[in-house]
Amino acid sequence: MGFPDRIERTVEIAHPPRKVWTALTTAEGLAAWFGHEATIDLRPGGLARMRWTSGDSADMRVERVEEPTVFGFTWHIYGLPEDDPRRTYVEFTLEPVGAGTRLTVVESGFAQLSGEAHHKAFDGNTQGWASELGELVDYLDAA
Amino acid sequence: MPPDIEAAAAPVLPDVEAVAAQVFTALADPTRRAILAALASGGPATATDLADRLPITRQAIAKHLALLAEAGLVTAEPGERRRVRYRLRSAPMQVAQQFLAALARDWDGALGALKDHLDRAPPGPPRSH
Repeated sequence: MGFPDRIERTVEIAHPPRKVWTALTTAEGLAAWFGHEATIDLRPGGLARMRWTSGDSADMRVERVEEPTVFGFTWHIYGLPEDDPRRTYVEFTLEPVGAGTRLTVVESGFAQLSGEAHHKAFDGNTQGWASELGELVDYLDAA
Repeated sequence: MPPDIEAAAAPVLPDVEAVAAQVFTALADPTRRAILAALASGGPATATDLADRLPITRQAIAKHLALLAEAGLVTAEPGERRRVRYRLRSAPMQVAQQFLAALARDWDGALGALKDHLDRAPPGPPRSH
């Protein structure tokens, strides 16, 4: 399969889960490594927003908060139109390893299509096409 | 996790990939890129309009428009005979953009920044609230 629906990374961090959790789930933490400015309402359904000095911004909706082991949010798929309803789901999992943390991030949903988008992408553009092509050929032949 | 996302993704994967593949195939050809760019910047156009604007024969344009229509990247607007206009369809582009978004998602860079941040953050209260 060539289309990546899911991205997964695991890193070992030499700091305890509680410290990693703070970096992932507080405005101060997120602004220090992810965005340049951040706000977060840390509860399921809460909103978070990051801004970059480039002018870009990202709005996230908090989905899972299980301190200090699971933090999940959804956000807009970068590159799609602003009003596109599709979102990817990002989940961080923190697991204590000795004095440090094994942090796994999974982002999934890149290959999803909403029902409407599926219809738009795959519906029969062929309807009427055969006759239009015929007209085009006639036109070119006559030219 | 929200169940809808992964549940919705699985059954449509082959189609999504096929659509993305058609977009990238279409974009691999400079003439087709020129046609798509002309439709994107100037709006719907007839094969004749495109032949006037691009250094390509009408015959070649017709051939490429047929391929683009098959891939769903352009659609022929119903219209007066001999004035069939072709219009860009954005839906397949958006599918291809999802593929590009996955490739451009730089978690390696973000996680590296997270590690750097934690390594240089001064030891302080374990909780900020």
